[in-house]
Amino acid sequence: MFQFDSLNAFIDMAGHGAYVWVSYGVSLAIMIYLVVKPVARINQQLHTLKRQRGRNIRGTAENSAGDNSAAADV
Amino acid sequence: MASFSQWFHRLGSPKSFYELTGKWLPWLGGLAFVLLATGTVWGLGFAPQDAKQGNSFRIIYIHVPAAFLALAGYYVMAIAGAIGLIWRMKLSHMVMKSAAPIGAALTFISLFTGALWGKPTWGAYWVWDARITSMLVLFFLYLGVIALQYAYTNGDAANKASAVLALVGTVNIPIIYKSVDWWYTLHQPASLKLTGGSTMHPDMLQPLLVMIAGFYCFYALVLIMYTRAEILYRERRTRWVQELAGIAETGG
Repeated sequence: MFQFDSLNAFIDMAGHGAYVWVSYGVSLAIMIYLVVKPVARINQQLHTLKRQRGRNIRGTAENSAGDNSAAADV
Repeated sequence: MASFSQWFHRLGSPKSFYELTGKWLPWLGGLAFVLLATGTVWGLGFAPQDAKQGNSFRIIYIHVPAAFLALAGYYVMAIAGAIGLIWRMKLSHMVMKSAAPIGAALTFISLFTGALWGKPTWGAYWVWDARITSMLVLFFLYLGVIALQYAYTNGDAANKASAVLALVGTVNIPIIYKSVDWWYTLHQPASLKLTGGSTMHPDMLQPLLVMIAGFYCFYALVLIMYTRAEILYRERRTRWVQELAGIAETGG
């Protein structure tokens, strides 16, 4: 059962609202950062590799962009 | 056993790890989100307030899971470092490096929420109490591992140095666990025990268990994502990463 009589009571939390909401807010912000950071890093790295690859392809005039099935372990 | 060692070997290769975990991420992310959202709503609005502490007690639903994972994450980092040192497994060095900033963030969350909980409960944001001080040491250990990773231009030396620091720092972990029993502290003793009954009422305990499960999933999710980013960086010159970038280029 919901413990508070009104939205205001929920926000105020009998005087403890500021401590509780700041705790949750800051934690949420840090956790969002932990998710966004690696996603951004991966996208940026793939972008850099694509640019380099584009240069190499133009350099050799050999477009092999469609050929990606021949995987080889290094 | 042959199949297990094959599986282990496969997971140990950065390429296989990258491919395999790519399939896990949506499930892990979904599960973490559902658990954390449920636990937060439950803990903030529906769990009964504490008889002595009132509503400030609701901070427990972040504070305890974050502290749990800050400690468990240290084991992950130290064990990954040890495996990297002993078997020279490339992947485990990447896991170790990835675990450091995540662990530091979780330790910070537990210290920060603890300070905000301490003010209305003890009348002070910070006290030099055994539990709190040993958690602060944990925070600095994580920062030390991060710093060592950047202190060397030679990646191999950086890996070795941070693995050794991570291993030496494990001394701190039992101290943190036992600090509330060994010293007379302001910090309350553990509410949750693996053996024996918990001191919490089930109505308060259930959302906490949901949050802990959610934090475990969140930790696994984020650790995998950080490791994937590290794999792409360290393996950027290999053919499979080059091809992966090629696939992304054609919009696949």
